[in-house]
Amino acid sequence: MGILEVKNVGKRFGGLQALGDVNLSVAENTVHAIIGPNGAGKSTLLNVLVGKLIPDTGSVMFDGKSVLGRKPYEINQMGISRVFQTPEIFGDLSVLENMLIPCFAKRDGAFTPNAFIDMFRDREIVERAEQMLEEMNMADARNDNAATMSRGNKRRLEIGMCLAQEPRLLLLDEPTAGMARADTNNTIDLLKQIKDERDITIAIIEHDMHVVFSLAERITVLAQGTPLVEDTPDKIKGHPKVREAYLGESQDAA
Amino acid sequence: MFGLDKKHTNLLLLVAALTMLAPFILNPFPEGSGMAQFNAGYPDLMQRFVIFGIFAIGFNILFGLTGYLSFGHAAFLGVGSYAAMWMMKLLTMNVIPAIAVSIVVAGLFSLLVGWISLRRSGIYFSILTLAFAQMSYALAYSVLTPITGGETGLQPKLQDPRILDGALEAGASPRANLFGLEMTSSFEWSVGSWLFTFNVGYYVAAVAMLLSFYMAIRIFNSPFGMMLRAIKSNQQRMNYTGLNSKPYTLAAFVVSGMYAGLAGGLMVAMDTQVGAERMFWTASGEVVLMTILGGAGTLIGPVLGAGMIKYMENIMSKINETILHQWFAFLPDGIENLLVAMVYPFIGKGWHLTLGLIFMLVVIFLPGGLVEGGQRIARLFKRKKPSSDTPDGKTTPAE
Amino acid sequence: MEAIILQILNGLDKGSAYALIALGLTLIFGTLGVVNFAHGALFMIGAFCAVTLSRLLQLSHTVIDDSQTDFLGNPLKVEVPYLYDIFGQSTGDAIIDWAVPISILFAIPVMIAIGVAMERGLIKHFYKRPHADQILVTFGLAIVLQEIIKYYYGANPIPTPAPDAFRGSFDFGAALGFDPNVIIYPYWRLVYFAFAALIIGGVFAFLQFTTFGMVVRAGMADRETVQLLGINIDKRFTLMFGLAAAVAGLAGVMYTPINSPNYHMGMDFLVLSFVVVVVGGMGSLPGAVLAGFLLGILESFASMREVLEFLPGLNQIIIYLVAIIILLTRPRGLMGRKGVMEE
Repeated sequence: MGILEVKNVGKRFGGLQALGDVNLSVAENTVHAIIGPNGAGKSTLLNVLVGKLIPDTGSVMFDGKSVLGRKPYEINQMGISRVFQTPEIFGDLSVLENMLIPCFAKRDGAFTPNAFIDMFRDREIVERAEQMLEEMNMADARNDNAATMSRGNKRRLEIGMCLAQEPRLLLLDEPTAGMARADTNNTIDLLKQIKDERDITIAIIEHDMHVVFSLAERITVLAQGTPLVEDTPDKIKGHPKVREAYLGESQDAA
Repeated sequence: MFGLDKKHTNLLLLVAALTMLAPFILNPFPEGSGMAQFNAGYPDLMQRFVIFGIFAIGFNILFGLTGYLSFGHAAFLGVGSYAAMWMMKLLTMNVIPAIAVSIVVAGLFSLLVGWISLRRSGIYFSILTLAFAQMSYALAYSVLTPITGGETGLQPKLQDPRILDGALEAGASPRANLFGLEMTSSFEWSVGSWLFTFNVGYYVAAVAMLLSFYMAIRIFNSPFGMMLRAIKSNQQRMNYTGLNSKPYTLAAFVVSGMYAGLAGGLMVAMDTQVGAERMFWTASGEVVLMTILGGAGTLIGPVLGAGMIKYMENIMSKINETILHQWFAFLPDGIENLLVAMVYPFIGKGWHLTLGLIFMLVVIFLPGGLVEGGQRIARLFKRKKPSSDTPDGKTTPAE
Repeated sequence: MEAIILQILNGLDKGSAYALIALGLTLIFGTLGVVNFAHGALFMIGAFCAVTLSRLLQLSHTVIDDSQTDFLGNPLKVEVPYLYDIFGQSTGDAIIDWAVPISILFAIPVMIAIGVAMERGLIKHFYKRPHADQILVTFGLAIVLQEIIKYYYGANPIPTPAPDAFRGSFDFGAALGFDPNVIIYPYWRLVYFAFAALIIGGVFAFLQFTTFGMVVRAGMADRETVQLLGINIDKRFTLMFGLAAAVAGLAGVMYTPINSPNYHMGMDFLVLSFVVVVVGGMGSLPGAVLAGFLLGILESFASMREVLEFLPGLNQIIIYLVAIIILLTRPRGLMGRKGVMEE
């Protein structure tokens, strides 16, 4: 029984069957990649997992509880954190404040009207946030405005913010899209480090085969809204069906 | 001090000093001198400074922090005023219950309006709040006349029940007071040719403003205030960080509604009258102007903006053609007349034109308002002596 | 039945004004993505175009008329409009009488010029800024415009009558076979409705059948794609702004005989017109027109004595009430496209 169990999920937009009949099981403490050509339904699936879309059919269970019908913040509080394709951080706030917010969210929940304490005097939270910045190698930038950082650093901060919540499942949506090679490699190293050091399950949606094969322990190939095949990276590499559906058309990416 | 760090304690003390010494600061020119028309140290103007300051501080907690632009906040001010008036009619002319009830009633009303309006954001939110305010205004003018007095508004009357107060003698008029101390009473102190007026009502309002300002500092520095800024910055990330943004925005809306109610209650405490025009949407627009002009999202900005607009409204609308001619009298006649003709449209009754122009210029060139302007000037000076540029230990919202 | 017809008729003139202003607002929002709080001011300026022209036409000089004497026996001084000198008295009088309709010709170039100047000089710089900034700067502009008008024309409403020929009322009831004098309706309001219908039809035809209109419609649907095609859409959008300004201005010109113009009429109409746009659907032209008439008529029904006895004050709040209900139940409005500013 995986930590995330997707059963018979289907979603239709008007005449388009975005997801056919998706079954997926993500085992705890693994890195599971979901790949597939454009339009395969990867983003739709991700949006179903985080509560942005409600599927027409099927069920999605996280840790034995259904996530369907819950709001994104509720699903997050269950232990699923999401990293976006373009880093979503609080651009107007400082790096430290960016990190404080998930720390408060983790400790105090979805809404706490704590309007009369000074946030910087909440030592427990501030220390936790500083420690997270330390782990992300961003302690020097703590007072910088988050919007002024490089894209690679924004990604690093976003991942750090997700980790600060100690999620059980980290969802990454093409985390290296639009990144220069050096930034991509840094991100891969960061994710490897996270995988080695933490008890965390990572599900990653990715286009870049280099990223996928550097990280994934298990790969699901999605095509036209249905899973084509699921296996280990080595097996996937040589799988004829996969070649036909995906790798065949983008060999240079591998 | 007061649970604030050094920087904010200093800011609070500065504002406290300014408000407490306002009768001196605003009256720098001797009576009867040519410059006396720039004096602003008389009670009703000073009261307006601090009352609109409160209104703007509260509005800023919503707009400055969350970015939700409400065009209907005057409704809460009006509701607060009516509530305070009814306390004075039914209970007592003491201002304390009136003000307390005005805050509570405005808070409840803003809870209702906010609960509905906050289902939408952006322009839709602005229009929803505007629609609610206009509805309140229209109702106050028509159907609710038994409660609001319609076009004539409400004043305390001799025959009102006022169950806590003793009966007034015939011919006496009910006066707002604080445990017997009348709001309208003033102590005048003349030094040489200067005349300083210390008005009870002003000091009551000033204390209320200092408390409001202090609360605003606390809110700005709290995790709650940070969450509000996070909503403005990136609501998507908010939701995916396990935070429910709706109760945060609703709380901000209600808090700002309560501030507006307090301002409305204080208005009644000062002049013991209320009319529906207080709720008209231009009044909502005015608090938007104040906040933007001073600097939305900053602590001191709304207070500055409110003071500046009320000062200009009062002083500029007093200047007339004769005064202009006096000013430019030292010039040759032709140039004098030309200058007077050029300046005249912008003063007196035309001061709204000046206000509109300044507001446009601020939105276009100085979106951070007067505070940003001040910071830019300060930076110019700092560049000359870079040694004074020491980074602050932590990042806080600009003053 | 008579009462229903009468209320529908009564709603038409206000509805026409709402529809015309809302049409321009939504045109600007749809093409430029700008929320224009100064649009009401354009309506007001249009009305003052009519005031200005009728004053210009009545400019006169003093002539000593020997044929008339005052009570002391001195020759009487009379004011003679210059128009008499040019066209003779009867034609001159006719022109002065028809000042309001003639103002249309005067207002079109003026309004287009103002609209284009506004877009090039101010609005252009706000395309990329948040909606709140657009609201604020156009709000400031609206204050400035109305204060300028107030400075030159004063704060009091200025009566600007319709031509004599349209001053009476038309007995609709008699024409439809009901009792006479039950449904009577001023001629000018009929003219206003017909005029509004003409303008609305013109704008739709213009957008439907010209290349320019096609590009603008394409731009409303997807601005970036049209730009990729290499079409200079910005220039067309500038003209679009001019057109929207002209529509609002003409609505104002023709409205002057119905309500004497004053400097704050723009703001009064603006708030309601925004509500109309929202009800119709942000960015939907047919929605704006439909909602304009619908709300105008609804407002007039809510003002019926029978309704007010039952629900007092309903006429004051009906439009806002409908807007709140629509926004909460169907955020994209009656005819708005899905996904356009629904949040």
